[in-house]
Amino acid sequence: MTFLYAATVAIVAGAGIYMILARNVMRIVMGVALLAAAANLLIFLSGRLVSVSPPIIPDGAETLAETAANPLPQALVLTAIVIGFALTAFSVALAVKAYRSLGTLDAGAMHDAEDLGSPFAAAIDTKQG
Amino acid sequence: MQETTYNLLVLVFPVLVPLALAALTAVLWRNHGLQRIVSVIGLGAILGCSVLLMMAVLRYDILAVEFGSWPVPFGISFVADRLAAALVAITGVLALCVGIFSLRDMRQLHIRGGFYPLFFGMIAGVNGAFLTGDVFNLYVWFEVMLITSIGLLALGRTRAQIDGAIKYLLLNLLGTVLFLMAVGLLYGAAGTLAFADLARVLPTLEASPGLVGAAILFLCAFGIKAGVFPLFFWLPASYHTAPFTISAIFAGLLTKVGVYAAFRVFTLLFTVEEAGIREIVAVVAACTMVTGVFGAAVQWNIRRILSFHIISQIGYMLMGLAIATPLALAGAVFYIVHHIIVKANLFLLAGAIRQASGSDDLKKSGGLLKSHPWLAVLFLIPALSLAGLPPLSGFWAKFLVVDASFKGDMAWLAAVALFTGILTLYSMTKIWMEAFWKAPAQERVRSRRVPLAMTAPIAMLCAITLFIGLSAEPFVQFAEKASVTLANPDVYVAAFFGTETEVVDLAIERSEQ
Repeated sequence: MTFLYAATVAIVAGAGIYMILARNVMRIVMGVALLAAAANLLIFLSGRLVSVSPPIIPDGAETLAETAANPLPQALVLTAIVIGFALTAFSVALAVKAYRSLGTLDAGAMHDAEDLGSPFAAAIDTKQG
Repeated sequence: MQETTYNLLVLVFPVLVPLALAALTAVLWRNHGLQRIVSVIGLGAILGCSVLLMMAVLRYDILAVEFGSWPVPFGISFVADRLAAALVAITGVLALCVGIFSLRDMRQLHIRGGFYPLFFGMIAGVNGAFLTGDVFNLYVWFEVMLITSIGLLALGRTRAQIDGAIKYLLLNLLGTVLFLMAVGLLYGAAGTLAFADLARVLPTLEASPGLVGAAILFLCAFGIKAGVFPLFFWLPASYHTAPFTISAIFAGLLTKVGVYAAFRVFTLLFTVEEAGIREIVAVVAACTMVTGVFGAAVQWNIRRILSFHIISQIGYMLMGLAIATPLALAGAVFYIVHHIIVKANLFLLAGAIRQASGSDDLKKSGGLLKSHPWLAVLFLIPALSLAGLPPLSGFWAKFLVVDASFKGDMAWLAAVALFTGILTLYSMTKIWMEAFWKAPAQERVRSRRVPLAMTAPIAMLCAITLFIGLSAEPFVQFAEKASVTLANPDVYVAAFFGTETEVVDLAIERSEQ
């Protein structure tokens, strides 16, 4: 079970890294989102995949039962999912804005910032001219 | 009891006050005049809070609080040792100076886009990252910083800013994901995430692939944040596009949070002796110094030059971490404090030069020595300090790390550092020659005045640089004391756990299972 789960994490992370290597900004954003998903799965794995019962303290008991799931990774993952979602949404919005104002989503063709401070005068002149 | 309440408040205020101000300025969204007034008063309040924290830390050495009365390693905690308190104090000073500068530099467009709420949100994130006592919380504060800083960066919505923002966002996002993975692996190995608890539990554990993986991932994640070789590419691609106020606060604070996190993790949780990390950090530090300074040498835009110099200066701080003797750590702490002040000041000066000469491209500016002689003096102080000329603060900072590297058997690193220092001087001379000394490219009809709101914060930061340089002794002593806490995790652990030994035993038991 653990091995299968770990292999899944590796595949998701690998897919994410493959996507990040693309030049299209949208693909990179999706790649980072996949990698974040892999990180979330990894946190679950690090909380150990053994128990079956939910982490609820039974009546009359003071502590969790032996077989209860570890609640902490769930709290961590929940937080990470929310943050990851917000950042992915923002990245997509930024990509849309970039497409509208720069006219491209190809990271290799985006060089407005570089041109602004380019040490080579020719690059500036052709851009502004 | 009363003392604990006071400690709690003093520790929390540097985060709560900026958060409250972010909310308040957001409520005053349409009233720009009122936003400015609230901001300046609020920045004064933030500085006041950080001074209070500093006083408390000077008295107690180290402060720790747990929120929500959870027993010790389980709750969310804030811890302030000397390093954290010093950085919070510097953040307070810098935020005030930059805030005053923003009164003239920020346009209607930026304020309408939410400059002040984002600015305060970022300060809250930075202070939170300095004060948190928990690895996962550090991740959360990193994200707070990231989302607010990216908002600030894209505020003007120009083509260059959008372009810079995309590169900044994607690479930093990758960094935080790596950070999150490291947190997951660390939790899997140690079963806890509080710094102090980890510092107790980790030495009892055998080295495992998970732990080594976590250490390397932390190194990469903080490396991206701090802008070290070869992970720095987002920094010179974006910093020069933002308005001057914003790039100044970025230059001062953001990369240093990455450096701080690296110091925290690689002194408290891991030691650099493990698994060849010392060699990695030393080589990375050397490459960072050299590539940064060479990158700067070919640039002609003032802020591009300064952006590359941020990278090369980060190398000096990492040097301290690589050597990791108390002396080296003290040097690095001193270096961080000196660097935040000087670097942000140089970015503000770039804004003043732009205001005076109409361009931040060195080829188009010139003649400022005649038209703005006092601006030239104000520029020389941080520029020579950055290059490390005595008696300015940069000299002492460089002296401490170079001295430590000779004593720590890393003379080659000292050689690289001194070589970098010479090239830094070259870049600063270039700005001086081009912007101040040479005749202007085009004769200006009338001289453009630099408003007081711009010169006052620059002068204030210059005064601090001079003060640190001329009376370095107390600052060096402070840095040495700070390095004692860094070099001995026991102090941190003891402050955190106090007398509640039952919980301590429980934590050890848990780790043994």
